[in-house]
Amino acid sequence: MDKPTHSAGINRVSEGLLDTSKPVTFIFNDRKYQGVQGDTLASALLANGQRLVGRSFKYHRPRGIITTGSEEPNALVELGVGARKEPNTRATVIELFNGLEAKSQNHKGPLSFDVMAINDRLSAFLSAGFYYKTFMWPKAFWEKLYEPIIRAAAGLGSLSGEEDPDTYDKGFLHCDLLIIGAGAAGLSAALTAGRAGQQIIIADEDFLPGGRLNLENDTIDDLSSAAWAKAAHAELQRLPNVRFMTRTTVYGAYDHGVYGAIEKRTDHLEGISDLPRQVLWRIYSKRALLAAGSTERSIAFGDNDRPGIMLAGAVRGYVNRYGVAPGKQVAIFTNNDSGWRTAHDLHQAGVQVTAVVDTRSTDAPMDIPGAYIAMDSHVVATKGRLGIQSITLSDGQMIPCDCLAVSGGWNPNVHLTCHQRGRPTWQDDIAAFVPGTDLPVGMQVIGSATGAFGLAERLQSGHAAAENVLNDAGVTFTANHAPSATSTRYSIEAFWQVPNCTGKSWIDLQNDVTSKDIKQSVQEGFKAVEHLKRYTTLGMATDQGKTANVLGLGILAEISGQSIQDTGTTIFRPPYTPVPIGAFAGRSRGKNFRPTRHTPSSQWATTHGADFVEVGMWLRAQWYALPGENHWRESVDREVTATRESVGICDVTTLGKIDIQGADAAQFLDRVYANTFSTLAIGKVRYGLMLREDGFVMDDGTTARLGDKHFVMTTTTANAVSVFRHMEFCRQCLWPDLDVHLISATEQWAQYAVAGPNARKLLSHIVDAPFDISNEGFPFMACAELNICGGTPARLFRISFSGELAFEIAVPARYGNSLMQALIDAGKPYKAVPYGTEALGVMRIEKGHAAGNELNGQTTAANLGLGRMVSTKKDCMGAVLSRRPLMNPDDPIELVGLIPIDSSFSLKAGAHFLAPDAAQILENDQGWMTSVAYSPSLQSSIGLGFITNGQQRLGETIIAADPLRGESIPVRIVSPHFVDPDGARLRV
Amino acid sequence: MLIDHPLLGLRDAAEFVYLGDASLINRPDPESGSAADQFYEYLHLRSNNAGEHRELWYHEQGDRSWLVVTRNTLTHNITRVELARDVAQRNASGEPA
Repeated sequence: MDKPTHSAGINRVSEGLLDTSKPVTFIFNDRKYQGVQGDTLASALLANGQRLVGRSFKYHRPRGIITTGSEEPNALVELGVGARKEPNTRATVIELFNGLEAKSQNHKGPLSFDVMAINDRLSAFLSAGFYYKTFMWPKAFWEKLYEPIIRAAAGLGSLSGEEDPDTYDKGFLHCDLLIIGAGAAGLSAALTAGRAGQQIIIADEDFLPGGRLNLENDTIDDLSSAAWAKAAHAELQRLPNVRFMTRTTVYGAYDHGVYGAIEKRTDHLEGISDLPRQVLWRIYSKRALLAAGSTERSIAFGDNDRPGIMLAGAVRGYVNRYGVAPGKQVAIFTNNDSGWRTAHDLHQAGVQVTAVVDTRSTDAPMDIPGAYIAMDSHVVATKGRLGIQSITLSDGQMIPCDCLAVSGGWNPNVHLTCHQRGRPTWQDDIAAFVPGTDLPVGMQVIGSATGAFGLAERLQSGHAAAENVLNDAGVTFTANHAPSATSTRYSIEAFWQVPNCTGKSWIDLQNDVTSKDIKQSVQEGFKAVEHLKRYTTLGMATDQGKTANVLGLGILAEISGQSIQDTGTTIFRPPYTPVPIGAFAGRSRGKNFRPTRHTPSSQWATTHGADFVEVGMWLRAQWYALPGENHWRESVDREVTATRESVGICDVTTLGKIDIQGADAAQFLDRVYANTFSTLAIGKVRYGLMLREDGFVMDDGTTARLGDKHFVMTTTTANAVSVFRHMEFCRQCLWPDLDVHLISATEQWAQYAVAGPNARKLLSHIVDAPFDISNEGFPFMACAELNICGGTPARLFRISFSGELAFEIAVPARYGNSLMQALIDAGKPYKAVPYGTEALGVMRIEKGHAAGNELNGQTTAANLGLGRMVSTKKDCMGAVLSRRPLMNPDDPIELVGLIPIDSSFSLKAGAHFLAPDAAQILENDQGWMTSVAYSPSLQSSIGLGFITNGQQRLGETIIAADPLRGESIPVRIVSPHFVDPDGARLRV
Repeated sequence: MLIDHPLLGLRDAAEFVYLGDASLINRPDPESGSAADQFYEYLHLRSNNAGEHRELWYHEQGDRSWLVVTRNTLTHNITRVELARDVAQRNASGEPA
């Protein structure tokens, strides 16, 4: 029976809804099979008589196909090959195409003889909670023995281990009305609202809209239900105000009418497409109708997991939609009318029904010719190792069958109603949970998702809900009737498990949870539903227990003697069905994870040997290697030396620039900066120190006064965004009456530092006459707006980070690349060099300027040696709390320079300071090293750091201990200003 | 979540940066004798209500307005959105919120 066949479908009994003129060839477990267009992998495998499709998770039990849809717990396959291999894919939702390749999962050796099936015999040791008990002792065994074995045995399919070669996209949609599900209720609602002109999105996970209409043999408006669905789909597609999204699963309901949806775009296409494989949609809806349908559940009885045992609605679904009889002799076990519908449809299709077993003690609802009818009876056991061969009834009767259709009732798909923590309500007459009253904003539930299973009721509820939406929106429309259909009968008597079975009764087929596990969980005290879930793993697999949870709850309630309503459900969370992580990433992968920011002269830097480093989103040149330089230090040392001896040029565009204008601009700066700016003369620049409100240092930079009401501030590169946000907070929330406006100008200006004794000479070739760049005409800390290079507007600032005679020159961003070249050309006579962020860092450490390592959010102005900058004459952000006693102790840590006693040693940032001979314990810690560099000027490693009472200890020798790297270096405390401590070079 | 921006209409919450309790608008008087205590409370003892909460959101990916959003932190229901500047000016003039 389970031997694969190459025929085009030995179990095909009719055309169903397929296009049998279009054969499709596919490969399963390396063998070729034929299906037809419209098949799923599951229907094509069943058509070919392949009942066994995989092995179970824990016990490696042979398993087959259970359902027709996304709820499938069992028939998981590895789809595709190579990097496109996708594990745990449900065969029931894989649309068949030419060349499809799939493999069964979770077996060693062939599918029909899995060596891991030994776990089934060992099942006594693998029951609920076995991880927590079995692998506890001896302790050392966990890491060395148990965990590696469990890891090797765990999981279902395997990943390729390669990067996903497909692309994914994201999109945003807006609509008046989102309809989730295109079954009877969804289509009925869409027709009513769509004809009235509402902007509608209707989404369905299937490639063929219709839901159960395609799986049943019903009649609507004198058409077969499938033909009616097809006509409704066609009409809706013609309406310009309706977006009909097939292959689209609405997987989550979020706040304020926002829904997440995943659309499969190319998964069903033959060959490799360069289009996005899937699209993740964010749908903004004013209203939503949830028409998610309902899912059938099983009954627990002995060995109810054999291949060939399926849900009853799926069995008739395969017959009606795919023309496939899942068996030649089908038996039925039911507690409701759904089982009888299956018997009826199969008999109509000419499939032999061998028995109908009903747990109810009523009269048989209908006669099924040739079938053994057993009311008030149970299936107690099944036989057939790789596929069912017979069932044994409670009266001892043994009945042959190669397929058993089981129905334990239908569960409304309430999932999305619970995504905002709503709770479903138990409804006794249908023995199922229905949506509660606490729905996500704007959502209404229609169709069988409400628990109304009759076809006429489903059509009517969609129609009526759509009319409600139209009325609420004030839309005028022609009232009409709902599509007409006869109401289908549905009655049920709750029945969960057959008592006293010898074989295991399976509840959750994907995680291999049995009724015995539930009983054990209760016995061991895990009675609450959320505990049961975690102890047994019930409902925790990729199907989230769609077919299993309510059955498990029913059994839990039965064992613990409480009602199902009181037992409750676990919380439903998105996603409704699995969504690939690639879809959540979309195009934000690798280098596209976030934007890359290039400065205007990055082209110049690239062609001149720059080695770039990421600084936030920016790419900055860290050094410019010349031919023959083999180590970055060679380049950096050369750049530092050339700058200090003659002149160097550095791209400082990435510093944040904020343009500040208004009558109260100066007053505003006095409040956001610790020091005073209202006294700054026009044409002057001042260093500014910014505190947070808690008194710690936030950022620093320079601010230039270009006019009475016009300032330009610079921030550190790293804090450009947060400082701007903070200043807008100050402006709008704290001091809204000040006349001041801010705009970020970081990207609008390209800016270059020109530093070194020959900086002025170089710039004299750039600056247009008659601008006076002499020390008298343009002294230290001057600024000006001027023209350069024959008419290019620019700003010039005489400020220095390097400690040399230096200028920063800014031009509109579009001139940046040309200016860099012009500066280099003008600097030829002086052997000007471009220098990168490393040389910049070396020179600022040599000069003792604080940077990010020192401004770490835990340091005060006093710590940095800038305590006197915090004005006591005015209020400013952080002023009050900076005066707290604990922030002003008698023995503060203070910024100092550090130099090794033996200059052959190199210092390490992060080292901690200890007195000589002190033990390396926390109590002896005196401070830490923040920044280190090799100083070509001093020909020694140098560092900056914070140490207790540092300013009073210059000349003292201490130990810089780095226990992580096993180093302990004697260092001398020196002034942080290693180079030109008096600042003479700045002012020439 | 969607925030009904007073100037721009409904905008996705992803465009905003969150700060917290809107009481941060009410910066204490630095001249007060108990300024240190007041600033300590202002900065560190902010509300974090389960339920209705007035909080500051910044439209960083938009027009850079700071907004005061009244939101129920249990349901995310937003009942009022104002420009923080208007709230601050109203507070300063002593008008009731």
